[in-house]
Amino acid sequence: MSARIQLPDSAKRGEIIDVRILIQHAMETGYRFDDRGTPIPRNVIHTIICIFNGSEVLRADTSSGISANPYFQFSMIAEVSGDLELTWIDDEGARGTERQSLIVRE
Amino acid sequence: MKRRNFMSLLAAMITLPPGARAQAPSSEPAIIAVTRGAKLVRGRVRLEMPVIADNGNAVPLRVTVESPMTLADRVKAIHLVSDRNPVRNMASFHFGPAIGRAELSTRVRLAGSQNVTAIAEMADGTFWMDRSHIQVTLSACVDES
Repeated sequence: MSARIQLPDSAKRGEIIDVRILIQHAMETGYRFDDRGTPIPRNVIHTIICIFNGSEVLRADTSSGISANPYFQFSMIAEVSGDLELTWIDDEGARGTERQSLIVRE
Repeated sequence: MKRRNFMSLLAAMITLPPGARAQAPSSEPAIIAVTRGAKLVRGRVRLEMPVIADNGNAVPLRVTVESPMTLADRVKAIHLVSDRNPVRNMASFHFGPAIGRAELSTRVRLAGSQNVTAIAEMADGTFWMDRSHIQVTLSACVDES
């Protein structure tokens, strides 16, 4: 499992920046069958958390209604330099993390 | 009732298992789960989504809410509700104080043509929504529909 966080290289203090997140995950719905006709068990990401310097920016409760390889775009106010940390958890309990740093200029 | 009619009706009742009958599209219980019974008003929210999608597997959508995003007047959460997917509450996005603009984009999976409802939960406890209909030619592989 891997993910990408896309942030601008740097931002001015107080600037609103765009954050783009892409997580590699099949988001298996549980309604599909494999070649032998055996049902493929459901395994979707149910929780996604974005934390910047220790405080929560965005938390998403997701379901099979979110496409495979989930993509999200949202905004963030750049106040100080730091790291944006992304965590996601799926039905099998697998947890993934990714981190991206942001430099804030005066 | 003629015997022939009765027999065909009987046959229809026997051959159709209960689960196979199409469930009427409804998002009402899923919406109540979000609003907990609070009044839901149309407005302040804009849901941008294609009108027709060839494929329901990855439909891009964008939700924008009219909000200054100050500490007192801000969007607390955005909820996406389907009226046909097996899981009606598709996603909920909880906004922390660092979110600067009241908007969010993602890609959803849709099990056929349906209405999608975007609900904005504001910091003052009010709920606002927008609803769009989408024609899905090839539904996402999420159920029998």
